[in-house]
Amino acid sequence: MASLRSTSCLASASAETDAENLCATELRLGPPGVVVGEDAPAKKPSSVGAKRALESTGPSADDEHDTAAPAKAQVVGWPPVRAYRRNTFHQSSASSAAAKKSGDEQQQQQGGLYVKVSMDGAPYLRKVDLRMYKGYRELREALDLLFTKCFSASAPGTHSSEGCSDGQFAFAYEDKDGDLMLVGDVPWEMFTSSCKKLRIMKGSEAR
Amino acid sequence: MGRGGSRATGAAAPPWHALPDEVWEHAFSFLPTAADRGAAAGACSSWLRAERRSRHHLAVANCYAAAPRDAIERFPAVRAAEVKGKPHFADFGLVPPAWGGAAAPWIAAAADGWPLLEELSFKRMVVTDECLEMIAASFRNFQVLRLVSCDGFSTAGLAAIAAGCRQLRELDLQENEIEDCSIHWLSLFPESFTSLVTLNFSCLDGEVNITVLERLVTRCRNLKTLKLNNAIPLDKLASLLQKAPQLVELGTGKFSADYHPDLFAKLEVAFGGCKSLRKLSGAWDAVPDYLPAFYCVCDGLTSLNLSYATVRGPELIKFISRCKNLQQLWVMDLIEDLGLAVVASSCSKLQELRVFPSDHFGLGVLTERGLVDVSASCPMLESVLYFCRRMTNEALITIAKNRPNFTCFRLCILEPHTPDYITQHPLDAGFSAIVESCKGLRRLSISGLLTDLVFRSIGAHADRLEMLSIAFAGNSDLGLNYILSGCKSLKKLEIRDCPFGDKPLLANAAKLETMRSLWMSSCLLTLGACRQLARKMPHLSVEIMNDPGWSCPLDSLPDESPVEKLYVYRTIAGPRSDTPSYVQIV
Repeated sequence: MASLRSTSCLASASAETDAENLCATELRLGPPGVVVGEDAPAKKPSSVGAKRALESTGPSADDEHDTAAPAKAQVVGWPPVRAYRRNTFHQSSASSAAAKKSGDEQQQQQGGLYVKVSMDGAPYLRKVDLRMYKGYRELREALDLLFTKCFSASAPGTHSSEGCSDGQFAFAYEDKDGDLMLVGDVPWEMFTSSCKKLRIMKGSEAR
Repeated sequence: MGRGGSRATGAAAPPWHALPDEVWEHAFSFLPTAADRGAAAGACSSWLRAERRSRHHLAVANCYAAAPRDAIERFPAVRAAEVKGKPHFADFGLVPPAWGGAAAPWIAAAADGWPLLEELSFKRMVVTDECLEMIAASFRNFQVLRLVSCDGFSTAGLAAIAAGCRQLRELDLQENEIEDCSIHWLSLFPESFTSLVTLNFSCLDGEVNITVLERLVTRCRNLKTLKLNNAIPLDKLASLLQKAPQLVELGTGKFSADYHPDLFAKLEVAFGGCKSLRKLSGAWDAVPDYLPAFYCVCDGLTSLNLSYATVRGPELIKFISRCKNLQQLWVMDLIEDLGLAVVASSCSKLQELRVFPSDHFGLGVLTERGLVDVSASCPMLESVLYFCRRMTNEALITIAKNRPNFTCFRLCILEPHTPDYITQHPLDAGFSAIVESCKGLRRLSISGLLTDLVFRSIGAHADRLEMLSIAFAGNSDLGLNYILSGCKSLKKLEIRDCPFGDKPLLANAAKLETMRSLWMSSCLLTLGACRQLARKMPHLSVEIMNDPGWSCPLDSLPDESPVEKLYVYRTIAGPRSDTPSYVQIV
């Protein structure tokens, strides 16, 4: 791929001119706008504790989000929209997409159902409105955004599309009785009505 | 200069450089910008002395560029201070929590060195309740508190401000994460307190005591700006407006309600009384049937923020088309190209347009047509933020020709690497046209399929460009090299997911010291280059971010290790001491 090639050739070249010549050969002198190289940047090997920015949602991905393209990659922090706005409209986009597909009624706007979210090791808590989400997957994506990069899966570059249970973190919640429960066992509506607090725990503790 | 009026006593006028400081302080008060004052201060030592001692407003664009103590010592007479913390990409979730940007050291230093401080503004910083308590306790003349995109505080902190700041004029909370402690902070404004001019609590999640709010609004006769949160329903909005018809700026609360003719009539009357209303915003999960209640204020509106409005269709368009004097419009892409065509023909005074995406997972609703129409018909348009699903070079070239007066052009094509949808070519030609035509361009965000060629144009032509945002663009190091070796006025550069590596960074190390900051994430950087950069440029702080939870000492890693996130900024304060475990300063 063009970009990898450029890195390896430039890393070894010490003189400015060598690099320029090499790059000059890569850069085709055609009319402006001619496609030069590949369009997708190379997927890098694992970097210093990095989580790959591009995550492919698998074929079992939520149908709600497959509006046009099937295997659509969901990129962290893209489009560049503030978290505040993203959380506010998560409900609208999900429910309108669902309405297009199955003709369901748009979810009624009820009062917010805000619960605290704590993550082990984070210095302060966040809050999410459970009514913003239609299911566990959206909730997890939103939490992902709130605590970005805290969820590195144990193998960098991969991302589990269902829970983080096979990663380093487990999602738990405190229910009405004060018991600590694992997120995902009960139907979503039952969960939202009984969840008082969310807790993201380090994998070792959750076991 | 100092030669006039020498006849009175017969003595010669003092030479200009011996004029007393007060004269220079007065002269400097006419300088429009901080940069001008800074330049004056560099002329000679007496000007330096006069300028710094009379500087009343200080803007610290990067809280780590200098230590709070340095700021206090250099500018002892500051009355209004503005400090910014986290890098801009923190807004999009690219910076993990606990990165830094604490306001506390600044407030503590200010409490010590600026006891007469009147205004504080923090953006993208961590402000705790203790911080707010300290503000309330330390500055007897405190008048203005503005917090934008901050977090770390709760309604308890707001209570301290309400109770302690007797001279408060402005409390402006924009898009902050505020913990709700169910403290009735509004009630803590004393009954004798009447000085409020601006009250913005739109981002607050929790309940608000409406009666207390009404009493506050009633007794603050100078209230000009009121921005409510989602807890305030429509009918309460109507009664609040009747108590404050002098409002210039209004943010509505929760706008949706089932249509009731009584409520509609009430709203219409209330808005009819607001003769001074110029700016309208709010949480408009709007029922279209209520929009006509606003028709009476449309003519006077200069600013309209419907960017939280899910209303669409003819009612929205009818509403906006009545706002003939609009200068600033923020709206969702639900307005569609058709709606923007109406904006183009109705709002000839438009200066700023921002169109936000409604569906963050989809491809977008808008096309290039909306932007082309607006740029063709709005001669004063100079600032654009536009999220769309497709674009062409031809459209961009047309836009560039129509509007050479752009100062801010931010285009986000929702799908990365999207080419010109007609020719399938990269959008190099289009963006090149923008930078060549818009000589006053200060801020640019590019998107779509782009090669190194666009960077050559930007580097060569964008002389006034101060901030550049790049994502998923370029083919090679040449791209970054063009930018760093050109762009004379560049201050902030933020890059994500581009194939830029070490060479251009090291080759242009000196450039980085002329800039405020550089952000590079998901590029092709190695640790070795960062080490070299840090060695070469002692006045730069080179920060590398790992994943939190991955604590690997940097020293043990080889030079070839890839670097996922780099944040470089110039500083006179040396390496900061409040880094979390995942940030390492090279």
